[in-house]
Amino acid sequence: MRFGIAIGAMTWLACASFGFAAPPAPLSQDQLAKAIKTDALTIPTPGELFAALEKPGKPDWAGQYRTPIPMTYRNRAQIALNLGGLIADGFIAVEAQDSQQVKNIGTDIIKLAKALGVSENVLSRGNSINEFAENSEWDVLHEELEATQNEVKSSMQSHQDQDLVILVSLGGWIRGTQAVSASVIKNYDEQSARVLRQPAVVSFIHSKIDDISMELRSEPLVKSVNEQLGNIEKLVAFQSGKGPTLDEVKKLNEAVTKLMEEIQRKEDAK
Amino acid sequence: MKWRVLLFAGAAVIAAAAPAWAETDEEVEAHKQVLDLTGAFTNDGFKLRDGHWAGQIKPKDRAVIAVNLYSGNQYWFSVAAANDKAKKIAVDVYDESGKPMTTETYAEGERASAGFSPTTSGQYYVAVSLLEGEPSTVCLVYSYK
Repeated sequence: MRFGIAIGAMTWLACASFGFAAPPAPLSQDQLAKAIKTDALTIPTPGELFAALEKPGKPDWAGQYRTPIPMTYRNRAQIALNLGGLIADGFIAVEAQDSQQVKNIGTDIIKLAKALGVSENVLSRGNSINEFAENSEWDVLHEELEATQNEVKSSMQSHQDQDLVILVSLGGWIRGTQAVSASVIKNYDEQSARVLRQPAVVSFIHSKIDDISMELRSEPLVKSVNEQLGNIEKLVAFQSGKGPTLDEVKKLNEAVTKLMEEIQRKEDAK
Repeated sequence: MKWRVLLFAGAAVIAAAAPAWAETDEEVEAHKQVLDLTGAFTNDGFKLRDGHWAGQIKPKDRAVIAVNLYSGNQYWFSVAAANDKAKKIAVDVYDESGKPMTTETYAEGERASAGFSPTTSGQYYVAVSLLEGEPSTVCLVYSYK
């Protein structure tokens, strides 16, 4: 099937006109302001961020593992944030090409997803993750992890939990940024550090959190995370075309690590 | 009479519970068409994002979608229409100030792709335009490596 699609696409490419396009007219400020922003395309996945960091040389991804987090959260917002973080952990394990770690993370993702009462479709993803990890199908695992995240979000939306969707994206972004900034610090070079420039992502997430229900926004963890995002937005707003200094990367890493610790903290975890 | 009221109420509940993002048949078809198109990129090591945007555009009109890209990655933005009512489609990429970027392009009728490798991480805009044809439903996806 896949082969057939590829042949079809190749045929299309062979018939199509191709080249370098002459640049069209610039977009107006009004067009920029009215641009469509969606969770599905505007927020990059942790996998995209990790792929960009891979270019100058293979980072020590296994060095970015963290100790397992509690699975007994009761607060739904906290579960959603940690679910996003776990999906980013899954991408880290895939980059490290570590089958056992992928399977462990996959099991944890399903446990947390179950706690949110998501659909059976999500639960079946757990089996697929295990199978692909067993067969070391790393590229497919990338797609499977993103598909799992999207399945979780769809399930949340159909269960009237749409306010939690942005928290999953946010958890993934924070954990991804924590891992990448830590990796950059270990082996600093200005070129690699450039991937950390993402002010519009934070700004978009911030605006989406402002749209969620007052009740959820007033929860202490969500309130604290939202407040800290303002500072983090400044820390990822480096000048265009120039990477952050080592000191700036360290400040960013401290801020996201503090936030991640707060998200995964559970005083009475069993 | 009572059962009719109940039936109506039930239908209303089901409609309200249906996902807000439920797609039309044309959006589903446009998505299928664009996935056919991205197969060649996948074979070349590009990973396809599992997200997409679908909607209707009118002739000489364009939809602008914000994306966040990383320097060091290569991207292909692909778009396809649900049917051949769209005669010519274009995909263009702009930086955060709205300045057009030079892209590598493929185009044939109701399908088009634009390849771009940013040197600066940050927000970019992808514009999908219907250059010729009747109002059409289109779908945008992107691949990266």
